[in-house]
Amino acid sequence: MAGNAGAIAGEGMARPLAIEARGLVKRFDGFTAVDGVDLSVPEGAIYGILGPNGAGKTTTLRMLLGIIDPDAGLRCVLGHDRPHDVAHAIGYLPEERGLYPSMKAFEAIAFVGALRGLPLAEGRRRGRALLEENGLGYAADRQIRPLSKGMAQQVQLLGTLVHEPRLVIFDEPFSGLDALNQGKLERMIRALAEKGTTVIFSTHVIAHAERLCDEVAIIAGGRVPFAGPVDVARDRIRPQVRLETRAPDGPWRAAFPADARREGSFWFFSLPDTGIEPLLRALIEGEAGILSLSIERAGLHDAFVAIAGEAAARALEENASREEITA
Amino acid sequence: MTGRLSTFAAALVIARRDFTAILFSRSFIFFLLGPLFPVIVGALAGGVGQKVQESTDRPQLGIAMQAADLDAMLPAHAALAPRLGGGVPDLVVVRRLAPGEAFDPQAALKHGAPGGQGNLAAILSGTPAEPRRTGSTGQIYAWQGPVSLIAARALGEGPSRVPSVALAGTASSIAQERHGQIVTAQAGQTLLFLLTMLLAGMVLSNLVEEKGNKIIEILAAAIPMDAVFLGKLFAMLGVSLVGIAVWGVTGGAVVLAAGHALPSLPEPAVGWPLFLALGVVYFAMGYLLLGSLFLSIGSMASTVREVQTLSMPVTMMQLMVFFFASYAMTRPGSGVEIAAMVVPFSSPFAMLARAAQNGAIWPHLVALGWQGLCVALFVRLGARLFRTRVMKSGPAGGGKARRGLLARLRRLVPDGALQLRGCGPIWRRSYPEHERVGCIPAWWRLPDA
Repeated sequence: MAGNAGAIAGEGMARPLAIEARGLVKRFDGFTAVDGVDLSVPEGAIYGILGPNGAGKTTTLRMLLGIIDPDAGLRCVLGHDRPHDVAHAIGYLPEERGLYPSMKAFEAIAFVGALRGLPLAEGRRRGRALLEENGLGYAADRQIRPLSKGMAQQVQLLGTLVHEPRLVIFDEPFSGLDALNQGKLERMIRALAEKGTTVIFSTHVIAHAERLCDEVAIIAGGRVPFAGPVDVARDRIRPQVRLETRAPDGPWRAAFPADARREGSFWFFSLPDTGIEPLLRALIEGEAGILSLSIERAGLHDAFVAIAGEAAARALEENASREEITA
Repeated sequence: MTGRLSTFAAALVIARRDFTAILFSRSFIFFLLGPLFPVIVGALAGGVGQKVQESTDRPQLGIAMQAADLDAMLPAHAALAPRLGGGVPDLVVVRRLAPGEAFDPQAALKHGAPGGQGNLAAILSGTPAEPRRTGSTGQIYAWQGPVSLIAARALGEGPSRVPSVALAGTASSIAQERHGQIVTAQAGQTLLFLLTMLLAGMVLSNLVEEKGNKIIEILAAAIPMDAVFLGKLFAMLGVSLVGIAVWGVTGGAVVLAAGHALPSLPEPAVGWPLFLALGVVYFAMGYLLLGSLFLSIGSMASTVREVQTLSMPVTMMQLMVFFFASYAMTRPGSGVEIAAMVVPFSSPFAMLARAAQNGAIWPHLVALGWQGLCVALFVRLGARLFRTRVMKSGPAGGGKARRGLLARLRRLVPDGALQLRGCGPIWRRSYPEHERVGCIPAWWRLPDA
C-alpha cells in the first residue's frame, strides 16, 4: 500500500521518515533473533545500527528490505509497507558480497541496476561512468573473477548506487576493507547524505558510527535499548572530569563527588549536577594547585557500555579486533 | 530515478541474464553435444543387437519316426508350410527309427540335432496317427495346430488341395489408421519425455550458483522470489528451445545429406502442423511444470553433491509420469486417460497423445489453461517454500497477508484494526503488549473509514 512517508511529531515540526519500524519480531526455529525492534530513520540521515555479531542487525535489515517477513510488528519503508513496492528507490549492499564471476564489471553494475528497474542500456552507460569516476575504468570490461576482493567489493558498491536510490542500506560495509578504502567509503556515505540520500548501515565498529552517523540504534540481544541522535546517546553519561593537582590532599577534597578516584597525581570523576564552578572555588580557596583540568564529553563507546551493558561492549570489541586481524 | 518493476519485468531481467550466461558459456557446447553420445551408444548397441539376432537360429522342430511315417510327414510339411506362413516350424530329422526301435526324445533334445547344428525346441515322435511332442511347454502348445494339420495331411485326412487366396491390399483401414495414430502418439510422447527428462533436470542445480555466490540476497532484496523462480525457468526453457532447434536442424541436415527421407509416421488426428505446434507448447508446459518442481526441490540443496543425490528420485518420478501417460494413451476415453490429462505432470504427455488420436481442439485449450495455472501455482509455492525454508522468512507478517480477503473483511471492523500513518492496517494481535498496558503510542491512529 502506498502512502506518504511516516513522520514524527517533534517540537512543532514534522520530520519525514524514510523508515519506520514498530515491534519487529523474528524467530528462527524457536530462537528469537529480533525481539520487538522499533526504529525511526529520518529522511536524509546517516543512521547507524550498532551492535555485536548476532545481535540481530542483519535480521532487522533483511526485514526492512523485504527479504524476510517479520513474525510480528510493522515496517514502513519510504511510505510503503511492502518494501518490494519501493525496491527501485532502495540500494542494498549485503554483508556477504556476491557477484556473478563471469560477468564483466560494467555489466555487473548494470545488472544490479536492472534489478531495481534501471534500463539495461542506461545501467551499462552509468556503470562505465561510475567505474571511471572511481578510478576503475580500466577494469570495466574485465570479468569479476580475476578482480581482487577489494575491487569486486567496489564494483558491487557501485551497483548498489547505480540507480540513484533514495535509501541505501549497507550491511557491515566496512567489513573486509583496508583503511584506505574504509576512508573512501566514509567519504562516499557523506556525499550521499549531502545529496539527500538516506543511508543506513550496520556496524560493530563504534568509530565508524561515531564519525558518520546523525542517529544510531544500539541493538543487543535482538532488542533496541537506545535509538536516537548520537549526541543524546553520549549525553546519557555525564562528562568526565580529569584533574591534576599539586597537593595530594587537603580540605578541598570534601568538595569532590563520591565517585572520584585517584590515579597518580590525577583525579577522575563525573561532572556533578552543580557543574564545575563550586569545585573550582574549593580547589582555589584550598590552594590545591591546579596543574591541569579537562572536561570530556562521553564517547559513543562509553554510551554503548552504559546502554547495552559490559557484555555487549566486550562482544563488540572482540568482533572489531577479529575484523582488524582479518583485514 | 527508476520505476518499479512488475513481476514479469523482473523475471525478464533474471531470464535475460541466465539465458545469455548459459548460451555464451563453454559448457553450452557440451550441452549441445550431449545427445550425440546416446545416439552413438544407441547405434553401437543396435549393431551389436543385429549381429546377435542374426547369429540366433530360428527354433526348429525335430522329428524322429519310423521311415514310412517320416516319408509321409515330410511331404505334408513341405506342402502346408508355404500356405500356413511363419506359424509352421522348420522340421529337422533327428532319427529315422527302425521298426520296434526305442527312442528317448528328452535325451535327444539334450544332444540336439545330428551334427550338433540347429536349434531344437521340441521333438515330434510317435506316429502321424498318434504324434507326440516333447519340448518346452511354450513351443509344444504354440505348434499344436500346425503339427496336427501336417499329421492329418500325412494320414490323408487333411485337405488334399489348398486353394490360393487372392490378396487385395488397401492404402489404409480403420484399424490400420487407429494403429498408426497410436504409433504417432507414442512417438510424440517418447520424444516429449526424452526432451523434458534431458532438459528439465538442468534446473535442479540452478539456484546453487546463486547461493554459492551470495547473489541470492541481492536478488531477494530487489525483486519478489516468484520473479526469480519464473526468470530462471524461462531462461532454461529458452536454452532448451535453442538446443532443440540446433539438434533438430542438425539431425534433419544429416538425414537429408545421407539421401534418406524421414520415416513417415501416420498423420495425427489434428493434422501435422497443429500437432507439431502442440508438441512445442506441451513441451514448454511439461518443462515448466517439472522445472518449477525441480527448481523448488533444487533450491533446498546447497551443494552440487546434494543436487546429485536429489537427481535419482526426480528421474524415477519422471519415469513414472511417462509410464502413466503411456498407459493412459492405450485407453482413450477411460478414467485413466482423464486422470492422466488432469494430473499436471502427466497432462502434457497425455494431451499430446490425444492430439494424435482425437481431432477435437477445445480440450487442448482447457488443458493448456489448466497447465498454465499449475505452473503459476508451483512457482508460487516454490518461491514461498524457498523464502520460508532457505531465506528463513516467517509464516506471518508481510504485506501480502494483509491484502487478502480476511484483511479486507477486517478493515470493515474499525475497532479491530489500527493503522500506521501512511501504511497498511495492523492488528492488535501483532502488538499485544500495547493492548495489555492499555497505551497507544502517538504514531497509532484509527483508520479513516
